[in-house]
Amino acid sequence: MLKIEGLTAEVEGKPILQGIDLELPAGEIHAIMGPNGSGKSTLSYVLSGREGYEITGGSVTFDGIDLLALEPEERAAAGLFLAFQYPVELPGVGNALFLRTALNALRRHRGEAELDAMQFLKLARERMKALSMPEDMLKRGVNVGFSGGEKKRNEVLQMALLRPRLAILDETDSGLDIDALKIVADGVNALRAPDFSALVITHYQRLLDYIVPDRVHVLMGGRIVQSGGPELAKQLEASGYASVKAA
Amino acid sequence: MSAIPAGVEGFLHRFDGLRQRLPGARLPWLRALREAAAEAFRIQGFPTRRAEAWKYTDLRLVAEAGFEEPLSAIDDDPALPAPRGPYRAVFQDGRFREDLSTLEEAPFAAASLAAALPALEARLGALARPAEAALVALNTALFEDGLVVTVPAGVAGGVLELLSFASAGERPAAFHPRHLIRLEAGASLTLIETATGPAKARYLHNPVYEIELAEGATLTHARLQQEGLAAFQLGTAYARVASGATYDNFTLNAGGKLVRNEIHVVLEGPKAACHMNGAQLLRDGQHADTTTVLDHAAPDCASRQTYKTVLSGRSRGVFQGKIHVHQVAQRTDGYQMNQALLLSPEAEIDSKPQLEIYADDVKCSHGATVGEIDADQLFYLRARGIPEAKARAMLVEAFLTEAVEGVQDPVARDALQAAVAGWWEKAA
Repeated sequence: MLKIEGLTAEVEGKPILQGIDLELPAGEIHAIMGPNGSGKSTLSYVLSGREGYEITGGSVTFDGIDLLALEPEERAAAGLFLAFQYPVELPGVGNALFLRTALNALRRHRGEAELDAMQFLKLARERMKALSMPEDMLKRGVNVGFSGGEKKRNEVLQMALLRPRLAILDETDSGLDIDALKIVADGVNALRAPDFSALVITHYQRLLDYIVPDRVHVLMGGRIVQSGGPELAKQLEASGYASVKAA
Repeated sequence: MSAIPAGVEGFLHRFDGLRQRLPGARLPWLRALREAAAEAFRIQGFPTRRAEAWKYTDLRLVAEAGFEEPLSAIDDDPALPAPRGPYRAVFQDGRFREDLSTLEEAPFAAASLAAALPALEARLGALARPAEAALVALNTALFEDGLVVTVPAGVAGGVLELLSFASAGERPAAFHPRHLIRLEAGASLTLIETATGPAKARYLHNPVYEIELAEGATLTHARLQQEGLAAFQLGTAYARVASGATYDNFTLNAGGKLVRNEIHVVLEGPKAACHMNGAQLLRDGQHADTTTVLDHAAPDCASRQTYKTVLSGRSRGVFQGKIHVHQVAQRTDGYQMNQALLLSPEAEIDSKPQLEIYADDVKCSHGATVGEIDADQLFYLRARGIPEAKARAMLVEAFLTEAVEGVQDPVARDALQAAVAGWWEKAA
């Protein structure tokens, strides 16, 4: 589904990604772990098309199409979803309007009928209930005045509504207590399907107790330095990233 | 005789020709008022940028345009929008169209100013003084009509629409309506005003408002300025707010080539309140100026001002806001915020807040910001599949929402929301 080959990228002239190779087959969830500054967030932004990252080499294909040639909204339309590490606040944009506009943009792209306000509300309420989100979060400005946990749940709600085929979760576990972590993990696990894949980017092993990955990759110095099964995450938790460097 | 300032001669010449035909020409007090106003205009001329209050807005285009007063038969009927309430007063080129207006059953008195002039000696010019403002002088000399509203004590007046249309004349026309609005003790009214005109017509709409709110009265005054893009609108409003009364003004500047929205409010009784909010939505070639002068002249009054300007293309926006807290006005609670969103590197905003505080126990804050569309917010929306143009439109609308949300009256708020919604999509 996703194939990254020799990807290099820099920010303001500083090389961050130094040759990433990664293949994520359909239906699998892979974890990318690594210490701070290893390039985890850069990778997620490069994949989702944020400005300010210079791609200096390599390629990324998503179902065979050149992902890097697409605008951010085209990537979303193709089925890519980034759950932000720091969800952005949008004062004055109501959460319900935002979610419905996004959903209808994707539905239009897929050739499906757009949902009217009532149809949308029904769907959103269902999904919110599953994520234990209070209903008034629909009425508030997007992420405005949300707690850290609420923001992350709002990301998962968006994911549940937009139903991407490839989700990138950028440190979605940071700042979550254990209950919120379980809710978020349940939200991701509920999407598991033969045509759904996810890249779970995290610093800690904790989230991977709840979202069990098929593969774990260790990102250090802008490269994947080690890959393995779920047991690799536990090993890292026990011995730290320094042990990988030494290896 | 001293030299006559530029642009004045044409107007004075027409005043000479029209003085016998203008409404109320037989009323000695009005004749004297008009003569004095014409003289005041002759002395002052159009304001120039040398005057501090006009530093950012240049009226030379208006002075040089060579307008004619309408005073001619109107032969086309304007297309009226769907009503927002049961009562409406329709004006075309500054004159009352009784045939298109519906005021009969209203719980307040509303009529054409031209018809009511004999009874208006005490009211007309009570607040708007020709010697103090050239545009008021011009209006006083040449007004042909306007709306006179009186809401009796304790009456909830509901929604009154004031619709102003300009005709597509062959020569540039100028009209100077004078509107007098009085709410007696405890009365309320929502006045929703829409000013429009043909896209390419060059005309000057120079309205003056005199607004008097007695104890405990509440006036919501929503002005939707959507003049044609070749038009000039120079509006000046004066409001006097008595104890416990509230003046809630929202002005949307979306049309016109060169526009000034000048509001003077005096909070003259304890616990009077004033909200002045507005949005300026400017496209290439437009200039809009909002100037507010607020006098806190009594204790325990509150004022809130939020103005938002969105500028695209080569447009220019101006905000000047003066708050004068008199020594007697203890425990004043004042707030003023003006914010601009620049959508183009060629757009320009000038912003000048001015606070003069002579009382010692006051809470007064003000702020001004200028910014562009936030790159992180734009990316967030696009990352969710929302196309860039739509995402920008959503952020522009969000920027304006805060000002519109401050409007208390739901009918006025809906009207403004509808005017603001999708503006950027239409403009882009």
